[in-house]
Amino acid sequence: MAARIPSFTHFLSTYAPDLLPSLGAQPLPAGGGDVIKDLPHATTIVAAVCERGVVLAGDRRATAGNLISKRDVEKVFRSDEFSATAIAGVASVGLEFARLFQVELEHYEKMEGRSLSLEGKANRLAKMVRDNLVPAMQGLAVVPLFAGYDEETGVGRIFSYDVAGGPYEEHRFHSIGSGSVFAKSSLKKLYHDDMSTNDVVLACVQALYDAADDDSATGGPDPTRQIFPVVTTITDDGFRRLPDAESAQFAQQVLDSRMRSPDGPSAPLRSAS
Amino acid sequence: MPFYVSPEQQMRDKADYARSRIARESRTCVVLQYAGGILMVTPNRSTALHKISELYDRIAFAASGRYNEFEALRKAGVTYADITGYQYDRRDVTARGLANWYAQTLGTIFTDSNKPYEVEIVVAEVAATPDNDQIYRITFDGSVSDEPGFVAFGGQADHVSTALKERFHDGMSLTEALGAALAALAAPPAQGSSSAGNGAQTDLSASQLEVAILDRARAHRTFRRLHGPRLEELLTQSRSGTSDSGGSSSGASGSGGSGSGASGSGSGSGAPAPGTTPGDSSASSGTSGTSGTSGTSAPSDEPPTGPSPGGGDGIPRPPLR
Repeated sequence: MAARIPSFTHFLSTYAPDLLPSLGAQPLPAGGGDVIKDLPHATTIVAAVCERGVVLAGDRRATAGNLISKRDVEKVFRSDEFSATAIAGVASVGLEFARLFQVELEHYEKMEGRSLSLEGKANRLAKMVRDNLVPAMQGLAVVPLFAGYDEETGVGRIFSYDVAGGPYEEHRFHSIGSGSVFAKSSLKKLYHDDMSTNDVVLACVQALYDAADDDSATGGPDPTRQIFPVVTTITDDGFRRLPDAESAQFAQQVLDSRMRSPDGPSAPLRSAS
Repeated sequence: MPFYVSPEQQMRDKADYARSRIARESRTCVVLQYAGGILMVTPNRSTALHKISELYDRIAFAASGRYNEFEALRKAGVTYADITGYQYDRRDVTARGLANWYAQTLGTIFTDSNKPYEVEIVVAEVAATPDNDQIYRITFDGSVSDEPGFVAFGGQADHVSTALKERFHDGMSLTEALGAALAALAAPPAQGSSSAGNGAQTDLSASQLEVAILDRARAHRTFRRLHGPRLEELLTQSRSGTSDSGGSSSGASGSGGSGSGASGSGSGSGAPAPGTTPGDSSASSGTSGTSGTSGTSAPSDEPPTGPSPGGGDGIPRPPLR
């Protein structure tokens, strides 16, 4: 008697493989590349460890080629009570990914009566990213950033991936997506250990602003339309998406400070020793 | 070994078998509405082998009978719910759909296999308002009935149900509902029954109980288990709140305190079949949506707004730090 593995995707791959997002190894018809190139892409994500948890935030822009396809896209998703995923890459595939991963974690939890360990969740996500390798090579690439609160050790942790899988554990902070170079440089100067959760949120919003400043595919805060970055915290209290009003306050704080110094806060030239 | 058994005889034998096994070998489980959601209570000494579990965001599963059989049904239900929710939307998973699926499955097993499943299950869904809450009871032969407000099933379900009916009213608080459930579970068996069939659960302590709620005010997944200090606190409150009724009933049945687990087998054969109430089997698939409960909700019953830090059951939790 074959044991039934408590994995939703594994079950689906035998029961109803057509429901899985992977397109398989089917070759794309000629001219398909152009279609795929113009699909909306999700852009910059930042994550940083905070006191008893981790902050995961993303900008709101989806870009199709050189056009802005959406101003208010969501790319940070609750995976379960103590973890969240954010996506960069082809938005449609990423959305399905996030949804499937959420079911995957919950399915295990309900089947087994316990949650997966944080490493277990990260490894499972790696397999799902790996399964998407062929579509990724055809242009449907999507890469998640996974952040969660480790209930065993009581700290927030961040895992990154490439199209072939992973996970790579990141320390302190990380960023993915088109504006990640700028966001990471920004966090490098702004982030320091033992920051309060609010300060880490502010640092993340600053980093997203810096990414939007230099990367055309990343969207900055939009006060005219009241669209602000999605900020989530995953702490020992569980997952929390900051309400729009709260996120707006952080964004406004950054906007106000940038009115005075457009490049944002500057780090001291010499480290205090 | 006879060569021919008439279908009538076959069905009757199977039904009698399942009914008597459920009455003798299982403990009663109680599912009832309260203002803030749906409460499920059953005696269960194990903290790992659950009889009450989550099926989906707003749907719970409670079972009574053979563990391996209802556990298989639970897992199949979780799979059904997860596939439906993944394929469409999370809101498209309903208790009605699950109850129908369970009814089909149990009905097929009852007719097709030699041994029917010795289980009774309840699928409960909490809605935004008490009016729209749904509680379905599915018996071993696939009969499904809509039970507005409350239901007791498994074990000595009939007299627990009678006791619960006296105590149940719309818009109870969680402590009131828990008090009613415990009092009903501890209610003495009907006159003429030789022993305390349900194990005479006079003073069930927190460690002997499995208690869970579907919390109306909670976002995402509403299912929560109540155990440990929180359950003890609730038990204390509910006992002090319903000391008049609870005290008298527990005092009356206090003599048979030895019963635990699958006890009372001596009375099983003579007892009326509690698995089915009269007209239950004929009411199969008659899932009329006439919910008899009115929308009188307590002031503490808030609409679902978002993650509720306090748990949403009206009990203030101490801060975590």
